[in-house]
Amino acid sequence: MLDKEAIAKRIAKEIQNNSYVNLGIGIPTLVANYIPKNIEVCFQSENGLLGMGPFPTESEVDPDLINAGKQTITMMPGAALFDSAMSFGMIHAQKIDLTILGAMEVSENGDIANWKIPGKMVKGMGGAMDLVASAKNIIVAMQHVNKSGESKLLPKCTLPLTGIRCVKKIVTELAVISILPQGGFKLLERAPGVSVDTIKKATLGKLIIDGDIPEMAFD
Amino acid sequence: MINKKFASAEEAIADIQDGDTLLMGGFGLCGIPENCIEALVKKGVKNLTCISNNAGVDNFGIGLMLHQKQVKKMISSYVGENAEFERQLLSGELDVELIPQGTLAFRCMAAGYGMPAIFTPAGIGTEVAFGKEIRNFNGKDYLLEQAFESNFAIVKAWKGDTAGNLIFKATSRNFNTVMAMAGKITIAEVEELVEPGELDPNQIHTPGVYVHRIFQGSHYEKRIEKKTIRE
Repeated sequence: MLDKEAIAKRIAKEIQNNSYVNLGIGIPTLVANYIPKNIEVCFQSENGLLGMGPFPTESEVDPDLINAGKQTITMMPGAALFDSAMSFGMIHAQKIDLTILGAMEVSENGDIANWKIPGKMVKGMGGAMDLVASAKNIIVAMQHVNKSGESKLLPKCTLPLTGIRCVKKIVTELAVISILPQGGFKLLERAPGVSVDTIKKATLGKLIIDGDIPEMAFD
Repeated sequence: MINKKFASAEEAIADIQDGDTLLMGGFGLCGIPENCIEALVKKGVKNLTCISNNAGVDNFGIGLMLHQKQVKKMISSYVGENAEFERQLLSGELDVELIPQGTLAFRCMAAGYGMPAIFTPAGIGTEVAFGKEIRNFNGKDYLLEQAFESNFAIVKAWKGDTAGNLIFKATSRNFNTVMAMAGKITIAEVEELVEPGELDPNQIHTPGVYVHRIFQGSHYEKRIEKKTIRE
């Protein structure tokens, strides 16, 4: 089973050279720590920055420079600043190559629910509905099952949707799974030491197992 | 050059009335119009509709106005860093409309460009789409979202001149530029107010035509919501 850092590390391997990437809050934020040395990537923060750098040192802290999670950050050489309309303009114009975000539920046709639990305080969708509506590639980082042990990979989402038919890949503590265009969770890799049977039991939606499933490789 | 200088926040917001709709710039606590919020709290106007990406925190930003029960409705993309907000929402004192962040920006942009509405794919297939017109372009569905109508836009810039030209710093630009464009009357507070000619026209983010009132702000706290540092 993978911990959060290992999930982030596995997702980092999905990032292509010379790509623009938007990272959501939580595990996706950790992905930035594991980008291979030979990969050039430019991180977008949807509050108006391309070329987001690491967190600042104490002396670099600038209250006017934050990320979409409201954390203080820095800019990389070659960074660019813009307003919120241009930021979502570049998202909807599909200039951002990859969006990595968390989810409460994903369905076997790629629907995602990650913003609202009926009966609980609703904080809002922020930029998530925009990102999932237009991203060329969406990878979800999440736990395979919820706190009550119920699968989060479902035939159909039960929670209010954030977007439809958009998720391409899911990385959990148990597996790497792609979502087929015709629907279905295709098992690609197992976490080290995790059996196909364990993944089957944790997946309520249609799981497609084709041949031998390799273990994830970490460098 | 046309002079839009006001002496103070109190003077700039003097004609904001109970029941008005205000566009308020900022993302989290970054780039919020601190001086105008303080003046609105002092003035005590009520039943306001605030269109703002967030609703501040308990004792800062729009949270100060919520604490005085001045806000009847918030239109935002993400709220809830705020216990008083939650209390008023659950008790029914406060009405909240949550909309996608891009939609919030585009509805401001549309107003600023004189467009009645925009089409966006954000919210298709979700409850955000309920009751809205959907059009299909090139095989993809889009929602019709209308331009915001507001009485005032209140924004905060880094530098400005008395002609109303504005320059923003780093990510404090966020919603400020599009909201400035969208206000019937736009009020700008700035950290540094200068005379026309002192700002480089090449560097202007918001041309003065969009700004009706400008004043020199003071005592900026610039509170940081989540200070995060590396070792």
